[in-house]
Amino acid sequence: MMSIPVLKATVPRAWPVTGRARFVCASRSVPRGGRADSDKAMIEVKNLTIGWGDTIVQRDLNFAVKRGEVFGILGGSGTGKTTLLRFLIGLESPTKGEIDVAGRGPPNLEAGLPPFGVMFQAGALFGSLTVGENVSLPIEEWTSLPEDAIAAIARAKLKLVGLDGAANKFPAELSGGMKKRAAIARALALDPELVFLDEPSAGLDPIMAAGLDELILTLSKTLGLTVVLVTHDLESIFRIANRIIMLDRETQTSIATGDPRELRNSADPRVYGFFNRKSRED
Amino acid sequence: MHDAAVFLRELRKETNHASGTVVFDLSNVKAADGGVVALLIDVRSNLTARGVSADISGANERVETIVNLYSGHKGLTEYQKRKPEGAVAQIGRTTLEVIEEARALLDFLGSMTLAGIALVRNPRAGHWKEVGPLCEKTGANAVPIVLLINFLVGFVMAFQSAKQLKLFGANIYVADLVGISLTREIAPLMTAIIVCGRSGAAFAAEIGSMKVNEEIDALRTLGISPFGWLVVPRMVALILVVPILTLIADFVGIAGGLLVGVLNLDLSPRGYLIETLTAVHGWDVVTGLLKGFVFSIAIALVACQQGFAAVGGAEGVGRRTTSSVVTSLFALVVIDALFTVFFRVLNL
Repeated sequence: MMSIPVLKATVPRAWPVTGRARFVCASRSVPRGGRADSDKAMIEVKNLTIGWGDTIVQRDLNFAVKRGEVFGILGGSGTGKTTLLRFLIGLESPTKGEIDVAGRGPPNLEAGLPPFGVMFQAGALFGSLTVGENVSLPIEEWTSLPEDAIAAIARAKLKLVGLDGAANKFPAELSGGMKKRAAIARALALDPELVFLDEPSAGLDPIMAAGLDELILTLSKTLGLTVVLVTHDLESIFRIANRIIMLDRETQTSIATGDPRELRNSADPRVYGFFNRKSRED
Repeated sequence: MHDAAVFLRELRKETNHASGTVVFDLSNVKAADGGVVALLIDVRSNLTARGVSADISGANERVETIVNLYSGHKGLTEYQKRKPEGAVAQIGRTTLEVIEEARALLDFLGSMTLAGIALVRNPRAGHWKEVGPLCEKTGANAVPIVLLINFLVGFVMAFQSAKQLKLFGANIYVADLVGISLTREIAPLMTAIIVCGRSGAAFAAEIGSMKVNEEIDALRTLGISPFGWLVVPRMVALILVVPILTLIADFVGIAGGLLVGVLNLDLSPRGYLIETLTAVHGWDVVTGLLKGFVFSIAIALVACQQGFAAVGGAEGVGRRTTSSVVTSLFALVVIDALFTVFFRVLNL
């Protein structure tokens, strides 16, 4: 294993965050295949019930996401995939059950920089900022790097997602796919260990969707990034996901967890039907 | 489908008093469209609900496919048609909504206070560079309309009072009336109403759009407080800008009165201004500025809270924007009344 000197941001990785980050010269060991230096799961969910008030969307969810894997949250429309994601990233607080993200307990967005990046379904880029400014924003907020260095990092992140040259455009000038790519660049701006992607390939043409899948796979393999993605795009799941959890609307709980390639031949007719595009009646 | 009404009438006539078992024999039916089959299934469901056994039989392959397509083989789940809400229910619902809105506003005020404390502890976390452009948008860009409206208000006020004061030969007191009422009441209120309509609505729409587009959520996941980033700069901008606009409104309103005094009441500009300076004390201007300060906080608070409360896409943003203006105007008038009573009681 080679130890390389890198400029490492002392961006706080743990809650709570006190004070601003400083950039210092540090030495970091980059393990092969990413930063998976612990056997502990990146995300652990135990007996989680999600919903609002008296409305329960899913109950008794139990699963773990390993470091460095691409984990899919699957299910039909209205099963609560995005709702589960909102709980995992701390936008909603569970009333029952436990969530542990990166070994630091439940995510608390009020306490500072979370140890993950998020790509929302429609990108959620800030319309009043250019694409470059969108990507620069978290770097500006959490480091004291000079402006030119921030711009350089933002350009590099945009190039990584194939948006070289789009830095000065406003989100309104981008296509749906470009917005998603820019949102991924923003999610990766501070080099998190974990990213959440909400429907990354929804609304994209097959070529663009395949390109995005390739990008996710590359990031996961080369940077050791843990990826949690919400989707109902089966092609994408088979191509990039190591494991999945499948949610069911009727039973309001998960009906399968595991390798999607194995689950394709599941004995459970609901799982089999979903993976083979057949309704239960058929 | 053109004969559907006749078909339904006949079907209901035939089945109205049916009991026991009813069989719909479709053997002579060569073709049927979706609407007719849906009606047939509805009639059959009603019969079943009344305890009459009803079945469809003899349909050819094509018709049977349509019957199955419309769930004729299973029957449909009944649903209740939405009824107009009664007056009492509407009053109850609206009351609960008002209570909920008040609670949300207080909740927001609490969050704002916490964000303010956090910013005092760590001022660098504020999005201060946004304050300048916001001051330009809410202040500099509002100057023309503030000038025009307040000039006309001063003008109209002087014009209306001149007629009455002339009867008593008290023309000169137009300057007193215009000066005092403008600086203490009208200028701060009119300015706040303009700012509420221009900037308050813009704040609510802007933040509301960000909310429905998940941009606020995105901010939170970047570890950035939406209060510090969005609300505080807007509030600071209004706190800086509204008193200045109020001061401009004072001057321009007095100028409007002056014009009437000179043209209609044969007063000299110098005489009018001296009378104004005699009547209007520094404290009168300060009370107006104090009101402007409190008005600015109210406008920013209500507008941002309404923006944050937006849900359900463009329609939700529009509803919250309207609500922001209405609530702010209500708040402004109430605050103004409270100030007036307060100053009167303390003889200030």
